Amino acid sequence: MAVLLLAEVAGGELSVDATAKTVTAAKALGDVTILCASAGCGGAAEAAAKLDGVVKVLCADDAAYGHDLAEPVADLIVSLAGDYDHILAPATSSAKNVMPRVAALLDVMVMSDVSGVVDGDTFQRPIYAGNAIQTVKSSDNKKVLTIRTTSFDAAGQGGSAAVESIAAVANPGLSEWIEDKVAQSDRPELTSAGVVVSGGRGIGSEDGFQLIEKLADKLGGAVGASRAAVDSGYAPNDWQVGQTGKVVAPDLYIAVGISGAIQHLAGMKDSKIIVAINKDEEAPIFQVADFGLVADLFDAVPALIEEL
Amino acid sequence: MKVLVPVKRVIDYNVKVRVKADGTGVDLANVKMSMNPFDEIAVEEAIRLREAGKVAEVVVVSIGMKQSDQTLRTALAMGADRAILVVAADDVHQDIEPLAVAKILKAVVDEEKPDLVLAGKQAIDNDMNATGQMLSALLGWSQATFASDIDIDGDHATVTREVDGGLRTIKVKMPTIITVDLRLNEPRYASLPNIMKAKKKPLDQKTAADYGVDVSPRLEIISTGEPDERAAGIKVADVAELVAKLKEAGAV
Ligand SMILES: Cc1cc2nc3c(=O)[nH]c(=O)nc-3n(C[C@H](O)[C@H](O)[C@H](O)COP(=O)(O)OP(=O)(O)OC[C@H]3O[C@@H](n4cnc5c(N)ncnc54)[C@H](O)[C@@H]3O)c2cc1C
Ligand SMILES: Nc1ncnc2c1ncn2[C@@H]1O[C@H](COP(=O)(O)O)[C@@H](O)[C@H]1O
Repeated sequence: MAVLLLAEVAGGELSVDATAKTVTAAKALGDVTILCASAGCGGAAEAAAKLDGVVKVLCADDAAYGHDLAEPVADLIVSLAGDYDHILAPATSSAKNVMPRVAALLDVMVMSDVSGVVDGDTFQRPIYAGNAIQTVKSSDNKKVLTIRTTSFDAAGQGGSAAVESIAAVANPGLSEWIEDKVAQSDRPELTSAGVVVSGGRGIGSEDGFQLIEKLADKLGGAVGASRAAVDSGYAPNDWQVGQTGKVVAPDLYIAVGISGAIQHLAGMKDSKIIVAINKDEEAPIFQVADFGLVADLFDAVPALIEEL
Repeated sequence: MKVLVPVKRVIDYNVKVRVKADGTGVDLANVKMSMNPFDEIAVEEAIRLREAGKVAEVVVVSIGMKQSDQTLRTALAMGADRAILVVAADDVHQDIEPLAVAKILKAVVDEEKPDLVLAGKQAIDNDMNATGQMLSALLGWSQATFASDIDIDGDHATVTREVDGGLRTIKVKMPTIITVDLRLNEPRYASLPNIMKAKKKPLDQKTAADYGVDVSPRLEIISTGEPDERAAGIKVADVAELVAKLKEAGAV
Protein backbone atom coordinates (compact mmCIF):
# COMPACT_ATOMS: atom_id res chain seq x y z
CA MET A 1 0.00 0.00 0.00
CA ALA A 2 1.29 3.47 -0.83
CA VAL A 3 0.63 6.66 1.07
CA LEU A 4 0.96 10.24 -0.15
CA LEU A 5 1.48 12.75 2.65
CA LEU A 6 1.11 16.47 2.02
CA ALA A 7 3.77 18.12 4.17
CA GLU A 8 2.98 21.29 6.09
CA VAL A 9 5.24 23.92 4.58
CA ALA A 10 4.97 27.47 5.92
CA GLY A 11 7.05 30.30 4.50
CA GLY A 12 9.10 27.79 2.50
CA GLU A 13 10.07 25.85 5.63
CA LEU A 14 8.90 22.44 6.73
CA SER A 15 6.73 22.42 9.85
CA VAL A 16 8.66 19.49 11.23
CA ASP A 17 6.45 18.70 14.21
CA ALA A 18 3.12 18.55 12.35
CA THR A 19 4.63 16.64 9.42
CA ALA A 20 6.58 14.16 11.59
CA LYS A 21 3.49 13.31 13.64
CA THR A 22 1.50 12.69 10.48
CA VAL A 23 4.30 10.43 9.24
CA THR A 24 3.71 8.23 12.29
CA ALA A 25 0.03 7.87 11.39
CA ALA A 26 0.94 7.25 7.74
CA LYS A 27 3.59 4.59 8.42
CA ALA A 28 0.90 2.29 9.78
CA LEU A 29 -0.77 2.38 6.36
CA GLY A 30 2.10 1.72 3.95
CA ASP A 31 5.13 3.23 2.22
CA VAL A 32 5.16 6.97 2.77
CA THR A 33 5.89 9.48 0.02
CA ILE A 34 5.94 13.09 1.15
CA LEU A 35 4.81 15.89 -1.13
CA CYS A 36 6.23 19.36 -0.54
CA ALA A 37 4.35 21.91 -2.62
CA SER A 38 5.58 25.43 -2.20
CA ALA A 39 7.60 28.22 -3.77
CA GLY A 40 11.24 27.45 -3.05
CA CYS A 41 10.53 24.26 -1.16
CA GLY A 42 13.90 22.57 -1.70
CA GLY A 43 14.93 23.06 1.94
CA ALA A 44 11.61 21.74 3.17
CA ALA A 45 11.99 18.67 0.95
CA GLU A 46 15.49 18.00 2.33
CA ALA A 47 14.14 18.26 5.87
CA ALA A 48 11.24 15.93 5.04
CA ALA A 49 13.64 13.37 3.57
CA LYS A 50 15.26 13.03 7.00
CA LEU A 51 12.08 11.85 8.72
CA ASP A 52 12.15 8.20 9.73
CA GLY A 53 10.04 5.91 7.57
CA VAL A 54 9.77 8.17 4.53
CA VAL A 55 10.66 6.40 1.28
CA LYS A 56 10.47 9.30 -1.15
CA VAL A 57 9.97 13.05 -1.21
CA LEU A 58 8.35 14.87 -4.12
CA CYS A 59 9.18 18.54 -4.41
CA ALA A 60 6.84 20.70 -6.48
CA ASP A 61 8.59 24.05 -6.46
CA ASP A 62 6.39 26.60 -8.14
CA ALA A 63 5.08 30.09 -7.41
CA ALA A 64 1.53 28.72 -7.79
CA TYR A 65 1.98 26.71 -4.58
CA GLY A 66 3.52 29.53 -2.57
CA HIS A 67 0.56 30.53 -0.46
CA ASP A 68 -1.49 27.35 0.00
CA LEU A 69 -4.16 28.37 -2.50
CA ALA A 70 -6.57 25.45 -2.47
CA GLU A 71 -7.35 25.10 -6.17
CA PRO A 72 -3.83 24.63 -7.61
CA VAL A 73 -2.63 22.49 -4.67
CA ALA A 74 -5.70 20.23 -4.94
CA ASP A 75 -5.17 19.81 -8.68
CA LEU A 76 -1.54 18.84 -8.08
CA ILE A 77 -2.48 16.21 -5.49
CA VAL A 78 -5.21 14.80 -7.72
CA SER A 79 -2.72 14.49 -10.60
CA LEU A 80 -0.56 12.27 -8.35
CA ALA A 81 -3.38 10.38 -6.65
CA GLY A 82 -3.42 7.41 -9.04
CA ASP A 83 -0.34 5.91 -7.40
CA TYR A 84 -1.62 6.02 -3.84
CA ASP A 85 -4.26 4.33 -1.69
CA HIS A 86 -4.15 6.87 1.13
CA ILE A 87 -3.67 10.62 0.97
CA LEU A 88 -2.90 12.28 4.29
CA ALA A 89 -2.04 15.67 5.71
CA PRO A 90 -1.80 17.13 9.20
CA ALA A 91 -5.07 18.80 10.24
CA THR A 92 -3.73 22.35 9.87
CA SER A 93 -5.72 25.26 8.47
CA SER A 94 -3.96 24.90 5.12
CA ALA A 95 -4.67 21.16 4.81
CA LYS A 96 -8.26 21.57 5.99
CA ASN A 97 -8.62 24.05 3.16
CA VAL A 98 -7.31 21.71 0.49
CA MET A 99 -7.99 18.06 1.47
CA PRO A 100 -11.82 18.10 1.26
CA ARG A 101 -11.40 19.63 -2.19
CA VAL A 102 -9.07 16.76 -3.15
CA ALA A 103 -11.56 14.20 -1.81
CA ALA A 104 -14.48 15.66 -3.76
CA LEU A 105 -12.44 15.73 -6.98
CA LEU A 106 -11.74 12.02 -6.42
CA ASP A 107 -15.39 11.38 -5.50
CA VAL A 108 -14.53 10.07 -2.04
CA MET A 109 -15.43 11.22 1.46
CA VAL A 110 -12.83 13.02 3.55
CA MET A 111 -12.09 11.99 7.13
CA SER A 112 -11.12 15.08 9.11
CA ASP A 113 -9.06 15.23 12.28
CA VAL A 114 -8.36 11.49 12.49
CA SER A 115 -7.09 10.61 15.97
CA GLY A 116 -6.60 6.87 15.54
CA VAL A 117 -5.72 4.40 12.78
CA VAL A 118 -7.38 1.01 13.30
CA ASP A 119 -6.51 -0.46 9.89
CA GLY A 120 -6.26 0.69 6.28
CA ASP A 121 -10.03 1.27 6.03
CA THR A 122 -10.95 2.05 9.61
CA PHE A 123 -10.22 5.23 11.51
CA GLN A 124 -11.21 7.03 14.68
CA ARG A 125 -12.14 10.68 14.92
CA PRO A 126 -13.66 12.94 17.54
CA ILE A 127 -17.12 14.37 16.89
CA TYR A 128 -19.35 16.78 18.86
CA ALA A 129 -16.40 18.81 20.17
CA GLY A 130 -14.66 15.66 21.31
CA ASN A 131 -17.59 14.49 23.42
CA ALA A 132 -17.69 11.28 21.40
CA ILE A 133 -15.15 9.28 19.45
CA GLN A 134 -16.44 7.70 16.28
CA THR A 135 -14.89 4.69 14.57
CA VAL A 136 -15.66 4.73 10.85
CA LYS A 137 -14.90 2.31 8.05
CA SER A 138 -14.50 3.78 4.60
CA SER A 139 -15.81 1.97 1.53
CA ASP A 140 -14.07 4.40 -0.83
CA ASN A 141 -11.29 3.16 -3.12
CA LYS A 142 -9.01 5.93 -1.87
CA LYS A 143 -8.92 7.35 1.62
CA VAL A 144 -8.34 11.06 2.09
CA LEU A 145 -7.70 12.13 5.66
CA THR A 146 -6.35 14.87 7.86
CA ILE A 147 -4.55 13.82 11.01
CA ARG A 148 -4.99 15.26 14.49
CA THR A 149 -1.31 15.66 15.28
CA THR A 150 -1.71 15.73 19.07
CA SER A 151 -2.80 12.08 18.92
CA PHE A 152 0.47 10.80 17.41
CA ASP A 153 4.13 10.89 18.46
CA ALA A 154 6.55 12.51 16.05
CA ALA A 155 8.57 10.26 13.74
CA GLY A 156 12.31 10.40 14.39
CA GLN A 157 15.08 11.94 12.36
CA GLY A 158 17.14 9.03 10.94
CA GLY A 159 15.81 8.92 7.37
CA SER A 160 17.51 9.54 4.07
CA ALA A 161 14.80 9.39 1.43
CA ALA A 162 15.44 10.42 -2.17
CA VAL A 163 14.11 13.80 -3.23
CA GLU A 164 12.55 14.07 -6.67
CA SER A 165 11.54 17.32 -8.31
CA ILE A 166 8.18 17.25 -10.03
CA ALA A 167 6.63 19.75 -12.41
CA ALA A 168 3.67 21.91 -11.52
CA VAL A 169 0.32 21.16 -13.12
CA ALA A 170 -1.81 23.81 -14.84
CA ASN A 171 -2.99 26.50 -12.42
CA PRO A 172 -6.73 27.09 -12.78
CA GLY A 173 -6.04 30.72 -11.82
CA LEU A 174 -9.21 31.15 -9.76
CA SER A 175 -7.60 32.90 -6.81
CA GLU A 176 -4.56 34.92 -5.91
CA TRP A 177 -2.73 35.73 -2.72
CA ILE A 178 -2.78 39.33 -1.51
CA GLU A 179 -1.12 39.47 1.92
CA ASP A 180 -0.43 37.71 5.19
CA LYS A 181 -0.67 39.28 8.63
CA VAL A 182 1.48 36.97 10.66
CA ALA A 183 2.78 37.99 14.05
CA GLN A 184 6.44 37.10 14.53
CA SER A 185 7.21 35.61 17.89
CA ASP A 186 10.14 33.94 19.61
CA ARG A 187 7.77 31.72 21.55
CA PRO A 188 7.33 28.07 20.64
CA GLU A 189 4.52 27.18 18.29
CA LEU A 190 1.19 26.76 20.06
CA THR A 191 0.34 23.30 18.73
CA SER A 192 3.71 21.74 19.59
CA ALA A 193 4.73 23.67 22.74
CA GLY A 194 5.47 21.73 25.93
CA VAL A 195 3.78 24.41 27.99
CA VAL A 196 0.76 26.50 27.06
CA VAL A 197 -0.63 29.35 29.15
CA SER A 198 -4.09 30.45 27.98
CA GLY A 199 -6.15 33.45 28.98
CA GLY A 200 -9.88 33.94 28.82
CA ARG A 201 -12.44 36.69 29.14
CA GLY A 202 -11.42 37.02 32.78
CA ILE A 203 -8.22 38.76 31.66
CA GLY A 204 -10.41 41.73 30.81
CA SER A 205 -8.22 43.60 28.32
CA GLU A 206 -5.49 43.38 25.70
CA ASP A 207 -3.07 44.91 28.24
CA GLY A 208 -4.06 42.30 30.78
CA PHE A 209 -2.82 39.63 28.39
CA GLN A 210 0.74 40.79 29.05
CA LEU A 211 0.41 39.01 32.36
CA ILE A 212 -0.35 35.75 30.52
CA GLU A 213 2.55 36.35 28.15
CA LYS A 214 4.90 36.96 31.08
CA LEU A 215 3.90 33.68 32.71
CA ALA A 216 4.29 31.86 29.39
CA ASP A 217 7.75 33.34 28.88
CA LYS A 218 8.77 32.39 32.40
CA LEU A 219 7.87 28.78 31.55
CA GLY A 220 9.22 28.87 27.98
CA GLY A 221 5.72 28.21 26.75
CA ALA A 222 3.28 29.36 24.11
CA VAL A 223 0.25 31.60 24.67
CA GLY A 224 -3.31 30.51 23.98
CA ALA A 225 -6.73 32.07 24.41
CA SER A 226 -10.41 31.25 24.64
CA ARG A 227 -12.79 32.31 21.92
CA ALA A 228 -14.23 34.97 24.20
CA ALA A 229 -10.77 36.51 24.66
CA VAL A 230 -10.21 36.55 20.90
CA ASP A 231 -13.70 37.89 20.12
CA SER A 232 -13.14 40.66 22.67
CA GLY A 233 -9.92 41.67 20.93
CA TYR A 234 -7.64 40.75 23.84
CA ALA A 235 -5.75 38.17 21.78
CA PRO A 236 -5.19 37.42 18.06
CA ASN A 237 -7.29 34.77 16.30
CA ASP A 238 -4.42 32.32 15.88
CA TRP A 239 -4.21 31.92 19.66
CA GLN A 240 -7.69 30.42 19.93
CA VAL A 241 -7.72 26.96 21.46
CA GLY A 242 -10.79 24.76 21.07
CA GLN A 243 -13.29 22.93 18.90
CA THR A 244 -13.00 25.51 16.16
CA GLY A 245 -9.52 26.78 16.94
CA LYS A 246 -6.31 24.89 17.62
CA VAL A 247 -5.98 21.57 19.37
CA VAL A 248 -3.12 21.38 21.85
CA ALA A 249 -1.85 18.67 24.18
CA PRO A 250 1.16 20.07 26.03
CA ASP A 251 2.74 18.58 29.15
CA LEU A 252 1.39 21.56 31.08
CA TYR A 253 -1.67 23.67 30.24
CA ILE A 254 -2.52 26.61 32.46
CA ALA A 255 -6.01 28.08 31.96
CA VAL A 256 -6.37 31.54 33.46
CA GLY A 257 -9.75 33.27 33.66
CA ILE A 258 -11.34 30.64 31.42
CA SER A 259 -14.67 29.11 32.46
CA GLY A 260 -14.18 25.79 30.62
CA ALA A 261 -16.95 25.64 28.01
CA ILE A 262 -17.03 22.32 26.11
CA GLN A 263 -15.86 24.12 22.99
CA HIS A 264 -12.72 25.19 24.84
CA LEU A 265 -12.16 21.81 26.51
CA ALA A 266 -12.29 20.19 23.06
CA GLY A 267 -8.97 21.82 22.27
CA MET A 268 -6.99 21.12 25.44
CA LYS A 269 -8.38 18.26 27.50
CA ASP A 270 -5.73 15.83 26.29
CA SER A 271 -3.00 17.94 27.94
CA LYS A 272 -0.94 15.98 30.45
CA ILE A 273 -1.32 18.32 33.41
CA ILE A 274 -4.02 20.97 33.51
CA VAL A 275 -3.92 23.90 35.93
CA ALA A 276 -6.91 26.23 36.28
CA ILE A 277 -6.89 29.63 37.93
CA ASN A 278 -10.37 31.07 38.28
CA LYS A 279 -12.13 33.10 40.94
CA ASP A 280 -15.36 31.15 40.55
CA GLU A 281 -15.06 27.84 42.37
CA GLU A 282 -18.00 26.46 40.37
CA ALA A 283 -16.30 27.07 37.00
CA PRO A 284 -16.46 23.87 34.89
CA ILE A 285 -12.76 24.15 34.05
CA PHE A 286 -12.07 22.75 37.54
CA GLN A 287 -13.69 19.46 36.49
CA VAL A 288 -10.80 18.75 34.12
CA ALA A 289 -8.02 20.46 36.12
CA ASP A 290 -5.41 18.39 37.95
CA PHE A 291 -4.63 21.42 40.09
CA GLY A 292 -7.28 24.09 40.60
CA LEU A 293 -6.64 27.40 42.29
CA VAL A 294 -9.65 29.50 43.25
CA ALA A 295 -8.23 33.00 43.23
CA ASP A 296 -8.27 36.37 41.56
CA LEU A 297 -5.93 35.98 38.62
CA PHE A 298 -4.50 39.46 39.11
CA ASP A 299 -3.16 38.31 42.50
CA ALA A 300 -2.35 34.72 41.61
CA VAL A 301 -0.52 35.12 38.30
CA PRO A 302 2.02 37.73 39.51
CA ALA A 303 2.62 35.59 42.60
CA LEU A 304 3.10 32.53 40.42
CA ILE A 305 5.61 34.34 38.19
CA GLU A 306 7.41 35.40 41.36
CA GLU A 307 7.54 31.89 42.85
CA LEU A 308 8.70 30.08 39.71
CA MET B 1 -26.59 39.09 -7.41
CA LYS B 2 -28.02 36.07 -5.68
CA VAL B 3 -26.57 34.37 -2.60
CA LEU B 4 -27.20 30.78 -1.54
CA VAL B 5 -26.69 29.91 2.13
CA PRO B 6 -26.73 26.24 3.20
CA VAL B 7 -27.87 25.92 6.83
CA LYS B 8 -27.70 22.77 8.90
CA ARG B 9 -29.94 21.76 11.79
CA VAL B 10 -27.68 20.50 14.57
CA ILE B 11 -27.75 19.83 18.29
CA ASP B 12 -27.81 23.16 20.16
CA TYR B 13 -24.27 24.12 21.16
CA ASN B 14 -25.31 24.45 24.82
CA VAL B 15 -26.60 20.88 25.10
CA LYS B 16 -24.40 18.29 26.78
CA VAL B 17 -23.90 15.46 24.31
CA ARG B 18 -24.54 11.93 25.56
CA VAL B 19 -23.12 8.84 23.92
CA LYS B 20 -25.70 6.03 23.71
CA ALA B 21 -24.92 3.11 25.98
CA ASP B 22 -25.00 0.61 23.11
CA GLY B 23 -22.27 2.49 21.24
CA THR B 24 -24.41 3.18 18.17
CA GLY B 25 -24.16 6.95 18.32
CA VAL B 26 -25.07 9.97 20.40
CA ASP B 27 -28.54 10.47 21.77
CA LEU B 28 -30.38 13.08 19.75
CA ALA B 29 -33.93 12.11 20.67
CA ASN B 30 -35.72 15.00 22.39
CA VAL B 31 -32.68 17.28 22.57
CA LYS B 32 -32.81 20.92 21.60
CA MET B 33 -31.79 21.47 17.97
CA SER B 34 -30.71 24.80 16.47
CA MET B 35 -29.11 26.29 13.42
CA ASN B 36 -25.39 25.49 13.22
CA PRO B 37 -23.78 28.63 14.76
CA PHE B 38 -21.46 29.19 11.78
CA ASP B 39 -24.49 29.13 9.48
CA GLU B 40 -26.13 31.92 11.48
CA ILE B 41 -23.02 33.97 10.73
CA ALA B 42 -23.33 33.09 7.02
CA VAL B 43 -27.02 34.06 6.94
CA GLU B 44 -26.21 37.32 8.73
CA GLU B 45 -23.49 38.15 6.20
CA ALA B 46 -25.80 37.45 3.28
CA ILE B 47 -28.48 39.71 4.73
CA ARG B 48 -25.94 42.48 5.33
CA LEU B 49 -24.82 42.22 1.70
CA ARG B 50 -28.43 42.64 0.63
CA GLU B 51 -28.90 45.57 3.00
CA ALA B 52 -25.77 47.14 1.49
CA GLY B 53 -27.38 46.87 -1.94
CA LYS B 54 -24.86 44.35 -3.25
CA VAL B 55 -27.23 41.40 -3.25
CA ALA B 56 -30.77 41.12 -4.55
CA GLU B 57 -31.88 37.81 -3.10
CA VAL B 58 -30.83 35.51 -0.24
CA VAL B 59 -31.89 31.87 -0.65
CA VAL B 60 -31.34 29.42 2.22
CA VAL B 61 -31.23 25.66 1.79
CA SER B 62 -31.16 22.82 4.29
CA ILE B 63 -30.67 19.11 3.75
CA GLY B 64 -31.82 16.55 6.27
CA MET B 65 -35.01 15.70 8.10
CA LYS B 66 -38.37 17.33 7.46
CA GLN B 67 -37.82 19.18 10.77
CA SER B 68 -35.05 21.20 9.16
CA ASP B 69 -37.88 23.44 7.94
CA GLN B 70 -37.72 25.01 11.42
CA THR B 71 -34.10 25.96 10.85
CA LEU B 72 -35.05 27.45 7.50
CA ARG B 73 -37.86 29.44 9.14
CA THR B 74 -35.30 30.84 11.58
CA ALA B 75 -33.16 31.97 8.64
CA LEU B 76 -36.22 33.50 6.97
CA ALA B 77 -37.05 35.30 10.21
CA MET B 78 -33.52 36.71 10.30
CA GLY B 79 -34.21 38.12 6.84
CA ALA B 80 -33.54 35.54 4.14
CA ASP B 81 -35.98 35.79 1.23
CA ARG B 82 -36.74 32.23 0.28
CA ALA B 83 -35.97 28.68 1.42
CA ILE B 84 -35.46 25.23 -0.06
CA LEU B 85 -35.83 22.13 2.09
CA VAL B 86 -34.27 18.94 0.72
CA VAL B 87 -35.62 15.99 2.67
CA ALA B 88 -32.96 13.27 2.68
CA ALA B 89 -33.31 11.58 6.07
CA ASP B 90 -36.16 10.36 8.23
CA ASP B 91 -34.26 9.82 11.45
CA VAL B 92 -32.39 12.51 13.36
CA HIS B 93 -29.50 10.08 13.87
CA GLN B 94 -28.94 9.79 10.12
CA ASP B 95 -26.33 12.44 9.25
CA ILE B 96 -25.91 13.18 5.55
CA GLU B 97 -22.19 13.18 4.72
CA PRO B 98 -20.55 16.34 3.35
CA LEU B 99 -19.91 14.71 -0.04
CA ALA B 100 -23.62 13.93 -0.50
CA VAL B 101 -24.59 17.37 0.83
CA ALA B 102 -22.16 18.96 -1.63
CA LYS B 103 -23.67 16.96 -4.52
CA ILE B 104 -27.18 18.10 -3.61
CA LEU B 105 -25.97 21.68 -3.20
CA LYS B 106 -24.32 21.47 -6.61
CA ALA B 107 -27.67 20.49 -8.12
CA VAL B 108 -29.34 23.39 -6.30
CA VAL B 109 -26.64 25.76 -7.59
CA ASP B 110 -27.12 24.49 -11.15
CA GLU B 111 -30.81 25.31 -10.82
CA GLU B 112 -30.66 28.56 -8.85
CA LYS B 113 -27.48 29.99 -10.42
CA PRO B 114 -26.29 32.03 -7.44
CA ASP B 115 -23.15 34.16 -7.75
CA LEU B 116 -22.03 33.34 -4.24
CA VAL B 117 -22.44 30.48 -1.77
CA LEU B 118 -21.86 31.42 1.86
CA ALA B 119 -21.51 28.33 4.05
CA GLY B 120 -20.36 27.73 7.59
CA LYS B 121 -16.77 26.66 8.18
CA GLN B 122 -17.79 23.61 10.17
CA ALA B 123 -20.87 21.82 11.44
CA ILE B 124 -20.56 21.49 15.22
CA ASP B 125 -21.99 17.96 15.21
CA ASN B 126 -19.74 16.01 12.83
CA ASP B 127 -16.92 18.60 13.01
CA MET B 128 -15.99 17.79 9.40
CA ASN B 129 -15.11 21.21 8.00
CA ALA B 130 -15.52 19.92 4.47
CA THR B 131 -18.77 20.74 2.68
CA GLY B 132 -17.86 24.17 1.28
CA GLN B 133 -14.53 22.95 -0.09
CA MET B 134 -16.24 19.89 -1.62
CA LEU B 135 -18.95 21.96 -3.26
CA SER B 136 -16.33 24.30 -4.67
CA ALA B 137 -14.47 21.31 -6.16
CA LEU B 138 -17.63 19.87 -7.73
CA LEU B 139 -18.51 23.22 -9.30
CA GLY B 140 -14.95 24.05 -10.34
CA TRP B 141 -15.31 27.39 -8.57
CA SER B 142 -12.83 29.31 -6.45
CA GLN B 143 -12.97 28.92 -2.69
CA ALA B 144 -12.16 31.11 0.31
CA THR B 145 -12.49 29.28 3.61
CA PHE B 146 -12.54 30.51 7.25
CA ALA B 147 -13.46 34.10 6.35
CA SER B 148 -13.30 36.90 8.88
CA ASP B 149 -13.77 39.70 6.35
CA ILE B 150 -15.45 39.74 2.94
CA ASP B 151 -15.41 42.50 0.36
CA ILE B 152 -17.26 41.86 -2.89
CA ASP B 153 -16.31 44.05 -5.81
CA GLY B 154 -17.74 43.19 -9.22
CA ASP B 155 -16.28 39.95 -10.52
CA HIS B 156 -13.93 39.45 -7.55
CA ALA B 157 -14.16 39.02 -3.80
CA THR B 158 -11.37 39.93 -1.41
CA VAL B 159 -11.49 37.67 1.62
CA THR B 160 -9.46 37.71 4.81
CA ARG B 161 -9.05 34.18 6.19
CA GLU B 162 -8.26 33.01 9.71
CA VAL B 163 -5.28 30.66 9.33
CA ASP B 164 -2.90 28.97 11.78
CA GLY B 165 -0.29 31.73 11.51
CA GLY B 166 -2.70 34.67 11.74
CA LEU B 167 -4.62 36.27 8.90
CA ARG B 168 -4.29 35.74 5.17
CA THR B 169 -6.03 37.81 2.50
CA ILE B 170 -6.79 36.35 -0.92
CA LYS B 171 -8.69 37.55 -3.97
CA VAL B 172 -11.03 35.06 -5.62
CA LYS B 173 -12.95 35.11 -8.89
CA MET B 174 -16.72 35.14 -8.75
CA PRO B 175 -18.75 32.99 -8.64
CA THR B 176 -17.22 31.69 -5.45
CA ILE B 177 -17.78 29.72 -2.28
CA ILE B 178 -16.88 31.34 1.00
CA THR B 179 -16.99 29.53 4.33
CA VAL B 180 -17.34 31.81 7.32
CA ASP B 181 -15.48 31.88 10.63
CA LEU B 182 -16.51 33.16 14.06
CA ARG B 183 -15.17 36.71 13.80
CA LEU B 184 -16.99 37.67 10.57
CA ASN B 185 -19.99 39.23 12.29
CA GLU B 186 -22.42 38.90 15.15
CA PRO B 187 -25.70 37.42 13.95
CA ARG B 188 -28.91 39.27 14.75
CA TYR B 189 -31.85 37.83 16.63
CA ALA B 190 -35.11 37.51 14.78
CA SER B 191 -37.76 39.90 16.09
CA LEU B 192 -41.28 38.66 16.83
CA PRO B 193 -42.85 40.51 13.86
CA ASN B 194 -40.19 39.04 11.59
CA ILE B 195 -40.86 35.55 12.95
CA MET B 196 -44.52 36.07 12.03
CA LYS B 197 -43.61 37.38 8.58
CA ALA B 198 -41.26 34.45 7.98
CA LYS B 199 -44.19 32.04 8.18
CA LYS B 200 -45.49 33.49 4.90
CA LYS B 201 -42.20 33.45 3.03
CA PRO B 202 -41.82 30.78 0.33
CA LEU B 203 -40.36 27.42 1.37
CA ASP B 204 -40.00 24.81 -1.38
CA GLN B 205 -39.81 21.19 -0.41
CA LYS B 206 -37.74 18.72 -2.42
CA THR B 207 -36.11 15.32 -1.91
CA ALA B 208 -32.60 14.08 -2.60
CA ALA B 209 -34.13 11.89 -5.31
CA ASP B 210 -35.50 14.99 -7.08
CA TYR B 211 -31.86 15.95 -7.63
CA GLY B 212 -30.82 12.40 -8.49
CA VAL B 213 -28.30 12.26 -5.67
CA ASP B 214 -27.50 9.04 -3.84
CA VAL B 215 -27.02 9.94 -0.19
CA SER B 216 -25.92 6.52 1.04
CA PRO B 217 -22.91 6.97 3.30
CA ARG B 218 -19.35 6.17 2.26
CA LEU B 219 -18.30 5.87 5.88
CA GLU B 220 -19.85 3.08 7.89
CA ILE B 221 -20.09 3.96 11.56
CA ILE B 222 -18.64 0.98 13.41
CA SER B 223 -19.03 2.39 16.89
CA THR B 224 -19.32 5.59 18.88
CA GLY B 225 -17.65 5.73 22.26
CA GLU B 226 -16.96 8.05 25.14
CA PRO B 227 -13.64 9.87 25.13
CA ASP B 228 -11.16 8.99 27.87
CA GLU B 229 -12.28 10.55 31.14
CA ARG B 230 -9.78 12.61 33.10
CA ALA B 231 -9.24 11.54 36.68
CA ALA B 232 -10.53 14.08 39.18
CA GLY B 233 -7.91 16.58 40.34
CA ILE B 234 -7.50 18.58 43.49
CA LYS B 235 -7.89 22.19 44.58
CA VAL B 236 -4.77 23.84 45.94
CA ALA B 237 -4.97 26.43 48.71
CA ASP B 238 -2.57 29.00 47.31
CA VAL B 239 0.15 29.74 44.79
CA ALA B 240 2.85 28.20 47.00
CA GLU B 241 1.03 24.87 47.11
CA LEU B 242 0.42 25.03 43.36
CA VAL B 243 4.13 25.51 42.69
CA ALA B 244 4.98 22.67 45.10
CA LYS B 245 2.56 20.32 43.35
CA LEU B 246 3.85 21.26 39.91
CA LYS B 247 7.42 20.62 41.04
CA GLU B 248 6.38 17.29 42.54
CA ALA B 249 4.78 16.32 39.23
CA GLY B 250 7.89 17.37 37.37
CA ALA B 251 5.87 19.89 35.34
CA VAL B 252 8.10 22.91 36.07
C1 LIG C 1 -19.70 27.46 17.24
C2 LIG C 1 -18.91 27.78 18.46
C3 LIG C 1 -17.56 27.50 18.46
C4 LIG C 1 -16.78 27.80 19.56
N1 LIG C 1 -15.45 27.51 19.52
C5 LIG C 1 -14.69 27.80 20.60
C6 LIG C 1 -13.29 27.48 20.63
O1 LIG C 1 -12.74 26.94 19.66
N2 LIG C 1 -12.58 27.82 21.72
C7 LIG C 1 -13.15 28.43 22.81
O2 LIG C 1 -12.44 28.73 23.78
N3 LIG C 1 -14.46 28.72 22.81
C8 LIG C 1 -15.23 28.43 21.74
N4 LIG C 1 -16.56 28.76 21.76
C9 LIG C 1 -17.07 29.62 22.85
C10 LIG C 1 -17.40 28.90 24.14
O3 LIG C 1 -18.71 28.39 24.07
C11 LIG C 1 -17.31 29.88 25.33
O4 LIG C 1 -18.17 30.97 25.10
C12 LIG C 1 -15.90 30.44 25.55
O5 LIG C 1 -14.96 29.39 25.60
C13 LIG C 1 -15.86 31.22 26.86
O6 LIG C 1 -14.62 31.84 27.01
P1 LIG C 1 -14.12 32.22 28.47
O7 LIG C 1 -14.05 31.01 29.31
O8 LIG C 1 -12.85 33.02 28.29
O9 LIG C 1 -15.21 33.26 28.97
P2 LIG C 1 -16.28 33.11 30.13
O10 LIG C 1 -17.12 31.92 29.94
O11 LIG C 1 -16.95 34.44 30.21
O12 LIG C 1 -15.42 32.86 31.42
C14 LIG C 1 -14.58 33.81 32.00
C15 LIG C 1 -14.08 33.19 33.30
O13 LIG C 1 -13.14 34.07 33.91
C16 LIG C 1 -13.34 34.05 35.33
N5 LIG C 1 -12.81 35.31 35.84
C17 LIG C 1 -13.27 36.57 35.61
N6 LIG C 1 -12.50 37.46 36.24
C18 LIG C 1 -11.54 36.77 36.90
C19 LIG C 1 -10.47 37.15 37.76
N7 LIG C 1 -10.20 38.43 38.02
N8 LIG C 1 -9.69 36.17 38.27
C20 LIG C 1 -9.94 34.85 38.01
N9 LIG C 1 -10.95 34.45 37.22
C21 LIG C 1 -11.73 35.40 36.66
C22 LIG C 1 -14.82 33.89 35.50
O14 LIG C 1 -15.09 33.30 36.77
C23 LIG C 1 -15.19 32.96 34.35
O15 LIG C 1 -15.15 31.60 34.74
C24 LIG C 1 -17.36 28.42 20.69
C25 LIG C 1 -18.73 28.68 20.70
C26 LIG C 1 -19.50 28.35 19.60
C27 LIG C 1 -20.95 28.64 19.63
N1 LIG D 1 -27.18 18.91 5.83
C1 LIG D 1 -26.81 20.16 5.53
N2 LIG D 1 -27.71 21.06 5.10
C2 LIG D 1 -27.35 22.31 4.79
N3 LIG D 1 -26.08 22.76 4.88
C3 LIG D 1 -25.13 21.91 5.30
C4 LIG D 1 -25.44 20.57 5.65
N4 LIG D 1 -24.30 19.96 6.04
C5 LIG D 1 -23.31 20.90 5.93
N5 LIG D 1 -23.81 22.08 5.50
C6 LIG D 1 -23.08 23.34 5.25
O1 LIG D 1 -21.68 23.06 5.23
C7 LIG D 1 -21.03 23.69 6.33
C8 LIG D 1 -19.88 22.82 6.83
O2 LIG D 1 -20.35 21.59 7.31
P1 LIG D 1 -19.39 20.32 7.53
O3 LIG D 1 -18.58 20.17 6.29
O4 LIG D 1 -20.33 19.17 7.76
O5 LIG D 1 -18.56 20.63 8.74
C9 LIG D 1 -22.13 23.98 7.33
O6 LIG D 1 -21.77 25.05 8.17
C10 LIG D 1 -23.29 24.32 6.39
O7 LIG D 1 -23.18 25.63 5.87
